[in-house]
Amino acid sequence: MQRSLTPSNVPRPPSRSAQKTTFLHLKRASTPYLFILPFYLLFICFIIVPLFYAGSISLYADRLVGGTVFVGLQNYTQVLHDANFWSGIQHMLLLGVIQIPVMLGLALLFALLMNTGTTALRSLFRLGFFLPYAIPSVVAALIWGYLYGPSFGLFTQIFHLLHLPALNLLAPQWVLTSIGNIITWQYTGYNMIIIYAALQSISPELIESAQVDGATGLRIALLIKIPLVMPALLLTGIFSIIGTLQLFNEPQILSTLAPTVIGDHYTPSLYAYNAAFSNQQFNYSAAISFMLALVAFICSAIFMFIASRRRNTNE
Amino acid sequence: MSILPMTIKRHQYPRIIIALLAMSLIIAACGNSTTATTSSNTPTTITFWSWVPNVQAEVTLYEKAHPNVHVNVVNAGQGAAQYTKLTTALKAGQGAPDVVQIEYPYLPQFILSGKLADLSQYGANSVKDQFVPWTWSQASQNGKVYAIPQDSGPMGFIYRNDLLAKYNLPIPQTWDQFAQEAKTFHQDDPSASLTQFSANDPNWFFSLLWQAGSQPFQVSGTTVTLHIDDAAALKVADYWGNLINSKAITVGTDFTNDWYTALSNGTYASWVTAAWGPGFLSGVAKNTSGKWRAAQMPQWTAGASASANWGGSTDAVTTQSKNPQAATDFAIWLNTNKEATAAFVQQQSLFPTTTATLSDPVITNATSTFFGGQQVNKLYGQTSAQINTSFQWSPFTDYVYSQWINDFGKAINGSTSYEQAMHKLQTDVTSYATSQGFTVK
Repeated sequence: MQRSLTPSNVPRPPSRSAQKTTFLHLKRASTPYLFILPFYLLFICFIIVPLFYAGSISLYADRLVGGTVFVGLQNYTQVLHDANFWSGIQHMLLLGVIQIPVMLGLALLFALLMNTGTTALRSLFRLGFFLPYAIPSVVAALIWGYLYGPSFGLFTQIFHLLHLPALNLLAPQWVLTSIGNIITWQYTGYNMIIIYAALQSISPELIESAQVDGATGLRIALLIKIPLVMPALLLTGIFSIIGTLQLFNEPQILSTLAPTVIGDHYTPSLYAYNAAFSNQQFNYSAAISFMLALVAFICSAIFMFIASRRRNTNE
Repeated sequence: MSILPMTIKRHQYPRIIIALLAMSLIIAACGNSTTATTSSNTPTTITFWSWVPNVQAEVTLYEKAHPNVHVNVVNAGQGAAQYTKLTTALKAGQGAPDVVQIEYPYLPQFILSGKLADLSQYGANSVKDQFVPWTWSQASQNGKVYAIPQDSGPMGFIYRNDLLAKYNLPIPQTWDQFAQEAKTFHQDDPSASLTQFSANDPNWFFSLLWQAGSQPFQVSGTTVTLHIDDAAALKVADYWGNLINSKAITVGTDFTNDWYTALSNGTYASWVTAAWGPGFLSGVAKNTSGKWRAAQMPQWTAGASASANWGGSTDAVTTQSKNPQAATDFAIWLNTNKEATAAFVQQQSLFPTTTATLSDPVITNATSTFFGGQQVNKLYGQTSAQINTSFQWSPFTDYVYSQWINDFGKAINGSTSYEQAMHKLQTDVTSYATSQGFTVK
């Protein structure tokens, strides 16, 4: 910047070099925003705008006879009293309570094994565990649908070969376990990668000092590694809770094979989908979606609260 | 104020190129919309959604006779899968085809939506007399024509001749006889059953109600009369419920891999199905060719001859079509032209809805190798005349069907009785209809 010969407290019109500096300054300050602009454009287009659209139509009711009518929060009160919605939530909570600990437990176990195991087959195992996640979940559900087929599925054929009475894995008492199986198979690898990355970031000096103190592998894992990857476990836990509550693909595909068990409201997402596209109740479907989001929010908040309390009592 | 330099600096080139690219993309996208034409001399393109296998063959016949029209055939899925897309496209205001295949039970809801063009203004009424009356009346309302009937599905009973003969079972003439034979068959061969109850197919079940004389829906404008649990319906529900509970027949899903396999290897010995069933079977159960025969549906009263319709479709024109005249002409030609309708019968085994084709001796006297040389068309022609023509569909078939799967499913799982399932269905549909603004009687 050029030095000026006039006193500095006299206001003067900006010189050409000052204009250029302001322009450059603006350009530099706006550059980061330009970088994140593409993401935000897409985010607004595909997440925010539909959210507002769904929110606004949930306040109306579009009747087959009589057109669209403003009904305020009536759709929401109807969802609150809707047994179909709550039975869907119940199914998902039941699924989550069992499937999420099993899946995260397995993911943790595999991550620990990979972390301390031999280097030789590590990449092979890492790829192998992660591979199911790479399969589109619709394809996975179709494959498992064939395997579960009550008459000619692979499992039924194996039962027949072993001369055992065939178990109908799509019967009402088994279908939730079968769906949980598909989800676990698909997402254990994904969660394992996250936990493994967290394990890799543990300083080796900690492990070495523990070994010097005489700790064996199991004690190191339980007392040092697991507490240190708690944030990663919390992350995968939240993802799993939200994902389980929003379950759609697996029940949708399996509903063609077991329509009497998986009706049109087995999960809240399925209920919202069918309300819109089968029953022409788009407004009610939007209300269901928002209520589901609210339930997911509450469950996540409870989970975070419990987790932070445990962390506070430990320190 | 300083004057900005007018020369373009080199570092600005990328920005300019990106701007030009963006502009050209926008112009290209805008310029892609089809232009409306009313004259048949200018090249016209119409889109046709249909799941009839290999319908391109008949479409090509049309294009040869009308060189200025190109028909874009799209298979947007079968039945419910296509209706979901159609409903979405109609609601969105764009993306719907010019001509679309719609089955009879789903016509009322699309007509009610106001998104099907009234074809009487494009000359549809001129072909009214060529069609079987009940098909035309289900495709039109108050003189307005909303679709051209394409095919129908008069129901009959097809059975494995060899399997019934193996256990000395005659053709069941009544439903009582059918139940007894089912029990005997299953006792003689525990790994097989006389037929399957398809728990995923409400369309089939409501056709059984149709045959029994039930009148679940009566529609008059926006007033609907609902008797989904009338005496005939309860009779049918109880009948199949008892048969399921006795374990003589299996509960399954139709049009799935399990079911195709079962039909191929003789796990099911019969199928109460419509006229398009045999053609369908010859595709999925090729190895059983020659072993099947067709007969009349089992009856509720000995000596009666009631039948019903299952399936069959019409071709409708949407209000989004920019070429409604061309679309109507295409729909009419496809379903009245002698060559096209004959091809539908002989190549895709569709059952015709035009009286001319129905009485064509080439069609009626045709023998079928799949049926061991039987003249199946003649049989189905006879059953077609026995269909009760006063049956009506509701304007919310999607909802009724998905609720049936839920409610009947509960009965199959043993949580309710079959009669309770029908009563619950009646209650659910009544409250739905009321909430949608209909007057329910």
